[in-house]
Amino acid sequence: MFMGFLISVPLVFSLLLFATKDYAAWNKKIALAASLVTFVISVGILLQYLANPSGYPAFHPDIFRSLGFEFSLGLDGLSMLLVMLTTFLFPIIIYSGFGKEKSHRSSFFGLILLMEMALIGVFTTTDILLFYIFWEIALIPIFFVAILWGGENARAITFKFFMYTLVGGLFMLAAIVYLYVQTPGPHTFAFSEFYKVVLDPHAQKWLFLAFFLAFAIKIPVFPFHTWQPDLYFTAPTQGTMLLAGIMLKMGVYGLLRFVLPLFPDALNDLGIYAILLSVTGIIYASVIAIRQNELKRLIAYSSLAHVGLIAAGVFSRTFYGLEGAMIQMISHGVNIVGLFFCYEIIVRRTKTGAISSLGGIATKAPVFAAFFMIIMLGSISLPLTNSFIGEFLLLLGLFEYNAWLAAIAGLTIILGAVYMLWMYQRTMYGEVKEATAGFTDLTRQEIIVLVPIVAIILWIGIYPHLFLQIAEPAVRSILVIHP
Amino acid sequence: MSSYAYTLLIPLIPFFVFVCVGMAEDKLKGKLGGLIGTAGLGIATFLSYYTAFKYFVADHVAGTGYTSLKAFELTWLHLTDKLTINLGILIDPISVMMLVVITTVSFMVHIYSLGYMEGERGFARFYAFLSLFSFSMLGLVLATNLFQMYIFWELVGVSSFLLIGYYYEKPSAFSAAKKAFIVTRFADLGFLIGILILSFNTGTFDFKELTNPHGVAIASMGGAAFMGLSVITWALIFIFIGGAGKSAMFPLHIWLPDAMEGPTPVSALIHAATMVVAGVYLVARLFPVYALGGPDALHVVAWVGGFTSLFAAVIATTQTDIKRVLAFSTMSQIGYMMLSLGVSGYGGEEGLGFMASNFHLFTHAMFKALLFLGAGAVIHAVHSNDMNEMGGLRKYLPITHMTFLIACLTIAGIPPFSGFFSKDEILAAAFNSNKILFGIEYFVAGLTAFYMFRLYYNIFWGKDRHYHHTPHEAPLVMTIPLMILAFGSVFSGFLPFHNLVTSDGLGFESHIDWMIAIPSILVGVVGIAIATVMYKKETALPDKVAGTFKYMYKWAFHKFYIDEVYLFVTKKIIFNYISRPVAWFDRHIVDGTMNGIAGLVQFASVSIKGLQSGRVQQYAFVFVTGAIALVLIYVYVL
Repeated sequence: MFMGFLISVPLVFSLLLFATKDYAAWNKKIALAASLVTFVISVGILLQYLANPSGYPAFHPDIFRSLGFEFSLGLDGLSMLLVMLTTFLFPIIIYSGFGKEKSHRSSFFGLILLMEMALIGVFTTTDILLFYIFWEIALIPIFFVAILWGGENARAITFKFFMYTLVGGLFMLAAIVYLYVQTPGPHTFAFSEFYKVVLDPHAQKWLFLAFFLAFAIKIPVFPFHTWQPDLYFTAPTQGTMLLAGIMLKMGVYGLLRFVLPLFPDALNDLGIYAILLSVTGIIYASVIAIRQNELKRLIAYSSLAHVGLIAAGVFSRTFYGLEGAMIQMISHGVNIVGLFFCYEIIVRRTKTGAISSLGGIATKAPVFAAFFMIIMLGSISLPLTNSFIGEFLLLLGLFEYNAWLAAIAGLTIILGAVYMLWMYQRTMYGEVKEATAGFTDLTRQEIIVLVPIVAIILWIGIYPHLFLQIAEPAVRSILVIHP
Repeated sequence: MSSYAYTLLIPLIPFFVFVCVGMAEDKLKGKLGGLIGTAGLGIATFLSYYTAFKYFVADHVAGTGYTSLKAFELTWLHLTDKLTINLGILIDPISVMMLVVITTVSFMVHIYSLGYMEGERGFARFYAFLSLFSFSMLGLVLATNLFQMYIFWELVGVSSFLLIGYYYEKPSAFSAAKKAFIVTRFADLGFLIGILILSFNTGTFDFKELTNPHGVAIASMGGAAFMGLSVITWALIFIFIGGAGKSAMFPLHIWLPDAMEGPTPVSALIHAATMVVAGVYLVARLFPVYALGGPDALHVVAWVGGFTSLFAAVIATTQTDIKRVLAFSTMSQIGYMMLSLGVSGYGGEEGLGFMASNFHLFTHAMFKALLFLGAGAVIHAVHSNDMNEMGGLRKYLPITHMTFLIACLTIAGIPPFSGFFSKDEILAAAFNSNKILFGIEYFVAGLTAFYMFRLYYNIFWGKDRHYHHTPHEAPLVMTIPLMILAFGSVFSGFLPFHNLVTSDGLGFESHIDWMIAIPSILVGVVGIAIATVMYKKETALPDKVAGTFKYMYKWAFHKFYIDEVYLFVTKKIIFNYISRPVAWFDRHIVDGTMNGIAGLVQFASVSIKGLQSGRVQQYAFVFVTGAIALVLIYVYVL
């Protein structure tokens, strides 16, 4: 029952916003209220789930069945975590806006809520066709957000992103159709039926490549990442937060949900290449991040490096690797949104994101410096912050797979410290520059956004019990479907 | 067992001080933040001394050894049945000894800073960070398992980063903080890999299980070999890399001299007595594993330690920044401790080196903290770090002068000061094991006496310089810690370490071997004598000597250009020849290829744009045909 609300609340309010005119003050409040209600519903579902983790709270309204197809939503630990991430981050992202969305406010927030609906759909559907539909719907809002509210050259960059993901998506669609034909008995698109399909190794290889392409573009895995830095840079920061914080987790989710269970033989042969690409991406992105002068690009490349480690952990197909991937998906989502928000705070005051023209902010805004420091330390995986436990598990999983690869991937903890501390030093410390001379400390709105982010960083860092508890059965079931 | 449960308070009190003072920073007027911090640490110090008394004296049954016991333990993460991570408190001779060392020095530094940091911006913040550091360091030494140690190890790193970078408006200070953090993090990756290999092969993180000489862990350590050494040996070498980073062993030492940019009390706490000995503590903590599971790794420890002690002592003779002289001296002395562990065996008198290392760690903490705090009092008086701007200060700073002299005599190994006893044990251990290392250490002992007295004479003797105002003695709040530490430096040599802190917990007979001690005293005296001739009165002699050994002097003065080598590798090679080209490659080749594919598609689409008719039925037809064709290809062709 709750499941239905979870998806319909954002949808209904999204449509409502599209239908209303721009009542300047109200649009954002409506969107915020809708996303908060969604968050409350998801907390309700979480409690229900924790009370009875084996029960898969499902939603199958007859109305769709009478129309001739199945509309079904359900949750396991993996979905639960990602739904919580989504519903937690959306209110923050909506609230964090600084008024850049002034033109066409109602459409802007309508699109964002539509996106929330699509993302929740992706993470909760138990039908692969619906998955594909939600997957593509999620693309539409971000496309418009980036084009209409984006910075310079937004049109070409967004178009490139759109083509990338669309191509990947089409390959996936073809593979889905092929699998559908193979399902036993009266064909259906239900996950459970897909898991029963027995495939010969050769077909698996092609199907694996098709799915891999779609997800690798979304995550993105090296060398399919070239849409990412440009798009993160040009999109409005709220759009970037959506992309980096939540949307790329769709790719990881797809790997865990489909690729690992469906194509074990192909992974035995080709998994090593996927890991090599992921590990290459970690080092590659870190090395590039070192020489970025643009704050937003630096954060974008750092995200690429962290995500590479998540992908490598997934492909290691070890218990710790998968568990680490789940924890790190949450941590990365929270941290990256925090980092982009700090960027936004700086740009809002100084009108520049060029690291060389910043400096001395800590003397002007000590409270901001403290928040930024915690988020920065979180993203370089210091113990007792969230990404430590995730990255440790990922490295442990990778270590079980191959010690050398773990050692190379482990370089990320050094390189991450290098570019993050460099960035922090240049922006926050040193002499006050012209651009930072009038830097004011945090407003109440900014503190309200930062407090939950920092709270999650410390919560997962100090006592990740709850998150591990949710992740564990999901990991086990993935590894059981595909031993 | 549970009678030690109160020890949980020892790390937790500083932690709560950190949280409270840190949160209320703006509201704490005047010295209030400092007083709260000092009071908190005072309680922790008292509890540590009580624990030491209880553990070594009150609870000890005569004739038995000291056992290790867990005062407290909880499961932090239960990941699988095989992988559980605990947090707890381990009480054994070395952890109790470290409790005493850390709280003593930290407490002295807390008191001293009330005077030294007076009127600094962010006074309360300074105390918050000091408390955070003390918490992390205490958590590190009390850890019951490798993983907990790693967690606190990193926290120590970050709190030292915050303290070194305390004057963050100064670019050099923050650069030094960053350098320290990154270099030690590099080493920490080694540590982490070592932990993974070790626990992967033994199935446990727990120190008690790992270091039990009759336990499963050590018994299972033969096993696979890699490049001529057993896997466990490699694991231990990797773990030692972590220790070498924190303890500033060559070639990972480059951060320590720069870290002197931090406030001087911080140098006394972190870079003399506590954090820099974490590496020694780590090897000591895992000592049975090193000695029984991977003796080859122990050779590495010995040689790295021996080389560093020589290398750093040579550099120390040429430096003019008084804090840097002390920094290199610290490196050199920690080299001694590492060497001593490296030449030690396990059990009974074989474990002489182990005992000597911990003994020296203890005495060194006292006299080196004293030297740093004394240097701080000097800097406080003349507002400079450069010994060329000092001279004749003994008249103005009588207490600092006396305590500094005591510390110099202690480090030079003159009896009956404590350094004599601990250094003598190290020399004896080296003598029993390796004559080359023994010879190096004799030479270093002479060098140490020389450079310390060069420092001493340059500061306190010679002519007055043009001081901006007449230098004056530091206030009591700063000189009292000096006197207390001087007391420790003089008398801690009489502690019966051979009965208390030994490799297997059992005491053994130890006596001074005068065949080794007398030459070592003579070497020290000769070093002092040469320094007296050269530096007591200002003459042209030092310049002449420097001129004679022109190139050697230049190399040593520039710290053998190790920093330049690192800078070359990181700035030139990584930044210019790797990072920049990779970024270019990304923009042009990878992205270019993708755009090229898109271009091809576009070319194709232009060629067949007749299909672009705008009729939806045609699109649908093409789409459906295509999808069916694909499916058919999959089904029948592939």
